[in-house]
Parts: sequence; C-alpha cells; structure tokens
Amino acid sequence: MKLAFSIAKRFLLSAKRQTIVIIFGIAIGVSIQVFIGLLLTGLGDSLVDSTIGSSSQITIIYEDNVSDYDSTILAISESSENITVVTETLTIGGSLVNDSLTENIVFRGFNFETANEIYKFDDLIVDGQLPTLMNQVALGIEFKEMLNIEIGDTLVFDSPIYDQENLVVTGFFDFNVLQVNQSWVISPLTTVQNIVGEGDVVAQIEMQLDEVYDDLETKQSIQTALNNDSLNIITWSEQNGDLLSSITSQQSSSILIQVCVIISVILSIVSVLSITVLQKSRQLGILKAMGIQDKDASFIFLFEGFLLGIFGAMLGVILGVGLTYAFTTFAVGTDGTPLIPLTLDFGFIALSGLIALTASTLAALSPAIKSSKLSVIEVIRNG
Amino acid sequence: MADILTLNKIIKIYGENTKNPNQVLFGIDLNFEESSFNAIIGQSGSGKSTLLNIIGSLDRPSGGEILLSGKDLSIFTNKELADIRNQYLGFIFQFHYLLPEFTALENVLMPYRISKKDITEEVEARAYELLNLVDLKGFENQLANNLSGGQQQRVAIARSLINNPKIVLADEPTGNLDSDTTEKVYNLLRQINKKYKTTFIIITHDRHIAEKTDRIIEITDGRISLDIKK
Repeated sequence: MKLAFSIAKRFLLSAKRQTIVIIFGIAIGVSIQVFIGLLLTGLGDSLVDSTIGSSSQITIIYEDNVSDYDSTILAISESSENITVVTETLTIGGSLVNDSLTENIVFRGFNFETANEIYKFDDLIVDGQLPTLMNQVALGIEFKEMLNIEIGDTLVFDSPIYDQENLVVTGFFDFNVLQVNQSWVISPLTTVQNIVGEGDVVAQIEMQLDEVYDDLETKQSIQTALNNDSLNIITWSEQNGDLLSSITSQQSSSILIQVCVIISVILSIVSVLSITVLQKSRQLGILKAMGIQDKDASFIFLFEGFLLGIFGAMLGVILGVGLTYAFTTFAVGTDGTPLIPLTLDFGFIALSGLIALTASTLAALSPAIKSSKLSVIEVIRNG
Repeated sequence: MADILTLNKIIKIYGENTKNPNQVLFGIDLNFEESSFNAIIGQSGSGKSTLLNIIGSLDRPSGGEILLSGKDLSIFTNKELADIRNQYLGFIFQFHYLLPEFTALENVLMPYRISKKDITEEVEARAYELLNLVDLKGFENQLANNLSGGQQQRVAIARSLINNPKIVLADEPTGNLDSDTTEKVYNLLRQINKKYKTTFIIITHDRHIAEKTDRIIEITDGRISLDIKK
C-alpha cells in the first residue's frame, strides 16, 4: 500500500500538467455542483422564509373561544422538540371608524412576548411603536391613507356583536403583503379579550417549527400529546400545497442536476485514468517483472483516483463557495439585497466534496482492474 | 556445482486454441549450474527470448516443467510467482526498462521496496555500492530519463542485483549499445558473477561475446542445436 501510494504520487507529480488539468476538471464539476446546490438551497430557504417564515406554521383553531389554555400551550411545547415557539391569539372582525371614514378590519390580539418570535413585529413597525397598553393598537401601513390617520389619533372600533371601543394608534407596520397591510389591526391580547368580554380566552394557538418540512409529524405529536383527534390543527404544507410542490420539485431538480454533474465527473476521471493506464503500461510491465503484486498495481490507480479526488474536491469546494459568494454579492435587487441569499450549508458542502472523492476513487476502479490484468509478457514483447 | 535450474521438455505454442497454432519451443531440456555464466544464442525468431521469459516466470509454458532449486514453478500461483521473480530472479532487458519517473537510486531500490521491506541504511548503502560498481557514482539522484542509454543499462544491471538474486536473466542486454560499452557491460556482468556467485543466463546474438561465457547454448527453430560447456 505504501509503495503503491508513493508510486501513484510520483506518477502524478511526473506529469504535472496532466495532473493539474484533471484536478481542474474534477474541481469544475464539484464547483458547479456546490454552486447550484447552494443556490437552490438558498432559493428554497428564501422562498420558505418569505412565505411562511413570519407566520404560524402549525395553527390550532378552536370552534369556540377557550380559557385555561396555559396547560395546552405547555403540553404542546413539550410534545415535540421541533416546536420552537407557541403563542395564543384572539381574533375578531369589525370596522374602524375615523370621523366619516370606515374600514373593515381583522382585529388580532397577541401575546407580543411570544408572538414577536413568529411575526417579528419589531422589525415590521415602520412608524411609531408596538402597542403595550390596553386599547392601544398598531395598524397596517395602508390604513394611514385609507382612514387619514396619524400616530396618537383615537379611532372607534365598531361591531354589530361587541360594544364600541375607543382605540389609540401607536404605530404602523408593513408586512409587505397588501391584504394584511389594509386589514390587520394588532393589539395586546387583553384589549381584544376586553372587547369580547368572555374573560381570559383565546381562539387560536399558533406555533413555529425548527424543521418546517417535518410539520405533519409534529402535528401528529401534538394530537397525541393533547389526546384529542377532533382538534382542528392546520399545518403550513396543508394550507400551501402549491408552495410545497414547487419546493419539492425544486429539490428534485437540484438532486437531478447534482447526479448529472457527478456522472460527468466520474466519466471524465474514468476516461483520463484509463488513458493513464495505457501511458503507464510500460512502467506497470517493469514493476510486474520485478515482482509487484497485481493488487498493489491496482492500488496505484486507486490512489491516483483518491489523490486527484482530494485535490479536485478541495479546489472545487473553494471555487463553488467563491462562485456562490460572488453571485450573492453582485446579483442584487434594486433595494441592494441579494436576489438569492447566501446559504452556507456546510453539511451539503462536505457531502459534495465527499461524493466527489468517493466518485474519483470508484472511477479509478476500472483502470485499476485493467492494470491488474495487464500481461507483463505483452509489455515486454511489444517493447 | 549443483543445478539451480532445470528445464524438462519445455514446449510453447502460441494461439493453442486457434486454427493456426504456432509452436516456438519443441521439448527443451536444459539444466544450469549454480554460479555459472551462460549464453543462449540463436537467430531472430528462434525462440530464445520466449525460453528466457518462461524461465523468468513472465510467461507460462504450454508443456513441460521448470524446476527452480528443485521446486516446480507450475504449482505456484501468480502471486507466488511474483514473489519468486522479486526474490530469486533479476532481469535485464534489451530496452533497459527503467521507471522514468524515478531517479537512478530509486530505480535500483525498487525491487527491494516491492518486497515490502523498509529501506534500511544498509540497503541504501548497498544500492550506492551497486551503482558505484557499474561506474555510476555521482549519478544516483539523476532521473532515469536524464541518463544516456549505456548509463541506463548499467542502472538496470545494478537494479537486477539489489535483492541478491540467485539467477540474473538478461535478454540482449547490450543490444542497443556501441561495441565499447558492450565490452564494458559484459566485463561488468562477469565481474558480478565472480564476486556474488550469481548465475547468469544471457541471450545474445553476438558470438564474440558468447564466446567469453562458460557455456554456449544455441537454439535453432525452437530446438537446442548446440550446447558447449568450456
């Protein structure tokens, strides 16, 4: 093995130009794989993040408002390690009146301490601040023009079911979604509970997950933990079938591209190493005449594949990450943010390198077998 | 002296299973004594190189037996034959066959490294001594490709001796060399034969050189036509 390794190393070093070309060949294959993989991962993550990253990923919707929800929240939190945050909400419909202007609203009461982790309200406030006291509210940015209001104005909440209530505007938020910006009004949970008048009740329990694609398994865990199969639990993937199928097909296409790249890398290594066996057949004949074992002769080429794979994979990973970094740095939108965010998935990068290394070593198998079968007498007789 | 190598009824047929088989050796019977210096001569195509390749276990005979120190080579596997080539035999070819990627010293040490033993100071000293013996002192670290034809052939001779082989098989070792260098190489082989008691079997078409050996065997059309011991 030691001898085979040192001969392999010497064979590679003695044909430096050819070795460099092969290493670059492998590196380019690996870099494309890393680049496309990271780009698609970034694209997928960005798509998931922008679509469901700031909303509830699993929601329990009660038919009637419920009290004594603390124990339920505790049970949910403990049902699965995948759940990162759980929050309770109460939502009612109505309208908001400013003098002669009236707009229909979705009035949502939140426990901001936990809801902030899901909705990132702090980042979404574009004017003023989040409401902290009873009867304070923040509104979608569109209300500013729709109701002609400013921070500090007092508006009237009107509903055919509930009593009228005066609300003070403390800020405006921008969800970047028109429908939300022109319908949502948010306040501390107690404000909505006060209007509803049923005490400390909630209508929904919302949560976010660490691994969003494990939503259905997590839903199952919640159902088991709450011991209630009739609960109306909705996950993001059940609500967004189109989004899920687009992400899934994107992942499939990413795998397909990577498989194609790996195959092309393998084929190039096989063909180059096969030529090397022919080039080195004279040397192999000499070594065999001197008594080298067929196994050791094979190992020379396996080590060549291994060494080419190591350097090709390392260079390829560096090129691929560099290419991805350059792309995300220079391909930016009008607001200066990258079109696709840089996602350095180190597991994926390491896996790409490892696959290239394994592929290079396996690609050397056929030349290695060829070299072990090489007849020394043919080499001697043919000079 | 005892026989180190015995050939009994060696035949060789190329393309045995084809319509036109070509028999090149017809029942060769030979034995070689330890420490002897032998020449095999014959015209091109007479079968002398085929015979040498069979003796060296590079090729297998179609029939007959080869006894090396009394042991029949036909019972050994390819792996064992490789070990025998490494430990008992030294080869010198017409086209010297050095590894161009390695230096003269590394080429000489290669058969020892193939035996999977660590290179000790003693072994390295022996490699230097052999290179000195073939008059290549100072060329040890030159790549094989940077040496002249005569120098490369002398490296090949040093290489064939590194494992202290019992027999050195040489196929036209001076075929590519000028007459002065040819003379030097033969004197060198003779010197080694006397110094290390190594048995030499040398193929040559040069009768002048053959006459300097202890025994001349002539092969004509795959048969022994002359066998003279001095």
